[in-house]
Amino acid sequence: MSEDRLDLGGLGLDRGGQLLLRRALAPLAAGSRLAVYGRDPHLPVHLPAWCRAEGHRVESPEPGQGPPPVAVVVRGARPDHRWHGAIRAGDPATGAVQRHPPARWGLAARGALLEGGGPEPHFDLDDRDLVWAEVAPQLYAYAASRQWDPATAVPWSEPFFLPPDIEAAVVQVMTYLVENEQAALVVPARFLGRIHPHFREVAQLLAVQVADEARHMEIFNRRALLRGGGLGTSSAGGRSSLFTLVEESDFSLSSFLLSVLGEGSFVNLLGFLQRYAPDPVTRRVAWLAMQDERRHVLFGVAHLANQASVDPTLLGRLRSAIERRHDALADTAGLNDDVFDALVLMAAGGWEPEAIAAGHERVRQLERDMDQGRRRRLERLGFPPDEAAALSALHTRNFM
Amino acid sequence: MTTRPLVLGAVAYDPKVVTIWDGFRSWLREHGLAVDHVLYPHYERMVDDLVAGRLDLAWNSPLAWLRAGRLAAATGRSVRPLVMRDTDRDLTSVVVVRDAAGITTIADLAGKLVATGAIDSPQATLIPLAHLAERGVKVQAHRFDVGVGLHGDHIGGEREAARALVDGEVDAAAMLDANHLLFVKEGVLPAGHTRVIAQTEPYDHCNMTVVDTAPRAAVDRFAALLLGMSYADPRVRHLLDLEGLTRWESGRTDGYQVLSAAVDRCGFYGPDGELWMPAYHP
Ligand SMILES: [Fe+2]
Ligand SMILES: [Fe+2]
Repeated sequence: MSEDRLDLGGLGLDRGGQLLLRRALAPLAAGSRLAVYGRDPHLPVHLPAWCRAEGHRVESPEPGQGPPPVAVVVRGARPDHRWHGAIRAGDPATGAVQRHPPARWGLAARGALLEGGGPEPHFDLDDRDLVWAEVAPQLYAYAASRQWDPATAVPWSEPFFLPPDIEAAVVQVMTYLVENEQAALVVPARFLGRIHPHFREVAQLLAVQVADEARHMEIFNRRALLRGGGLGTSSAGGRSSLFTLVEESDFSLSSFLLSVLGEGSFVNLLGFLQRYAPDPVTRRVAWLAMQDERRHVLFGVAHLANQASVDPTLLGRLRSAIERRHDALADTAGLNDDVFDALVLMAAGGWEPEAIAAGHERVRQLERDMDQGRRRRLERLGFPPDEAAALSALHTRNFM
Repeated sequence: MTTRPLVLGAVAYDPKVVTIWDGFRSWLREHGLAVDHVLYPHYERMVDDLVAGRLDLAWNSPLAWLRAGRLAAATGRSVRPLVMRDTDRDLTSVVVVRDAAGITTIADLAGKLVATGAIDSPQATLIPLAHLAERGVKVQAHRFDVGVGLHGDHIGGEREAARALVDGEVDAAAMLDANHLLFVKEGVLPAGHTRVIAQTEPYDHCNMTVVDTAPRAAVDRFAALLLGMSYADPRVRHLLDLEGLTRWESGRTDGYQVLSAAVDRCGFYGPDGELWMPAYHP
C-alpha cells in the first residue's frame, strides 16, 4: 500500500509539529495513510493522543526496510466535516455590501469563509438602505487621514492676553461646546453596536466620528481651563435639547436631527468662532473641530439622501421628528442666555455700545447663516423649498 | 411521543455538562425521541440508580462501567455499553520523571514517590499504579485528590501531580497521554526537562451504559440517532466539540480489562460492586 510520509525532524507536537501534520494530511482523502517520522522523544506518546482528539487513527508501522516511522496516521474525515456547507460572508471588496446580511454572519469579516453554527447576534441595523452610503468608504479613508493630536495641533503655549470679560466669554462658549460634544459622542456610539458588522465602512466611519468628538471635548475643555479659571454655566434648556438627541433610538431620525440639522448648524457656529476668536488658541480649536464636523454632516446627508431615494415615507418621518422635537422643547428656554451674550461679546470685542450692536448683528447673521445651511441640506434630501424653510425654523434654538 | 422519555444519568463534573445535555436533549427531541437527563454529583450514586432501574442509561466513566457490571451481575440484571466516543478508545497513561533525576528505567522507580491523580482516577491513579505494580516496582503514591467521586473527570489532580513533579516534591507523576501533551504545551511540564519512563497498555474510557430494564425500542432509536450524529451538522458540532468527540461509535467491552485488573489489584471495588476502598469518600 502506498503511503505518504512526513518527517517532523526534531519537532514535537508541543512546539508546532501539528502544523506540519495538518498540512500533510489536508490534501489526503479520508482513509489515506501518512507515515510520520521524527526524533522528538515524546512523539510516540503525543502522536496517537493528538490523532485521537483530531479524529484520525494510528496504526503501528509494518516492519520493512530502514528505520520505522513513529506511527502511520490514517486520516479521519473531521477536518472536511467542519467546513461542510461553509459559505462566504459576502464580498470583501470595498463597499460591496448586500441588502440584508444574515444575522449568522455576525462578527465575521466580510468575505470570510464561515463555519456553520455559532451565534446569530441580532444587529438590528441590518438594512443597507438604512445605514449605507456610497460615500462611506471614501469618507472613512479621508477621516482616518485627517486625525490630529490635540497635544500638538493647537498652539497651547502661544502667548496672548485677554481682558477678563472676554476670557470669561470664551470660557462660557467652551463650556457650552463641551456639553454639545458629549451628546455628539454618545449618539453615534449608541448606534455603533447596533449596526451589522457587514457594513464595516459605516461602523469605521462612526467610530472615527466618536473619536473626533472625544478630541473636540478635550480641546474645548482645555481651552476653557487654559487661564486657570473654572467653567461657565450649563442651562437646563440646553441640556434638554441635547437629551432629546440622545433619546432618539431610530438611526435615520437620529442622524437627521444630530448630523443634518445639529452638526450642520455647528459648522456655522465654529466658523463664527474661528472668525471672531480673540486669541490664537480659540481660533485654532474652532477650526480643527469645524473640519471634522463637515465630514459628520456629509455622511448624515449622504446616507439619508440614499435612503430617501428608495423609501418614499422617509421625508414624512423626518418632518414628524423635527415637529415632535420642537413640541418637546417648546417649554424650554432654548439657548443659554450666557452663551448668547458671550457670543455677542466675542463678536463685539468690547463693551462700547456700537461694538455691542455690531456683535449682536453678527450673531443674528450667524443665525441666518445656520438657517440657510439647514434649508439647503433639507432641500438636498428632497424637501421642497417652502417646506425646507418651515422645518428649518422649527429647529432647536440651542443650535444642536 | 406517547411513550415515556428515556431517563439518562450524567455526572455534573463541569458546568458545561448542562450545556451538552440540554443541547443533545433538544436535538433528540427534534428527531422524535424524548430523553430526560438527570445530573449526579458523583458516579457511585448514578450507578446505583442505573442498576436499580431508576435510570435507563448512564454516561459512565470506565470505573463506573465496571461497577455497574458487577452490581448488575450481583442483582440479576445486565448492562451493556451502547455507544462510546471515538476519542474514548485506546487511551494510554504515562509515568513521567524529571530528565535530570537519574531515573532511566522503570526499575529505578522502586521506592520512589509517584504523584497521581485522585484516588478514583482510572487514568492517573489506578491504571498507572497497577502498571508499575505488575512489573514488580513498588512505589509510594502521593495522591492529589481533586474531584473525588468524579473518577478523574476533573483534570485538576493530574495538573497538580505534574506541578509537584516539576517542583521536585515527587520523583514521578502519572497522567493520561493526552494530558501529558496538554501540560507540555501549556508549559506546566517545561519542554525538554521531563521524560516518559513508562506507558501503559491501551484501554477504553467512558461509555453510554444501558440497563436491561430500559425500553428496548427507544434505546435502539437512541443509539441509532447518536451514531448518526455528524460532525458536519453545525447544530451538533459545538456539542461534540464540548463533549470532546468527533463521532459516536458502537460500544465495546474488550477495552476494560486493564482497568478491571487494576481495580482488583488494589481492591477498589468488591466482586459485587461494593465500595471497598476505605479512603474513598465520593
Ligand atoms: Fe464635535
Ligand atoms: Fe460631530
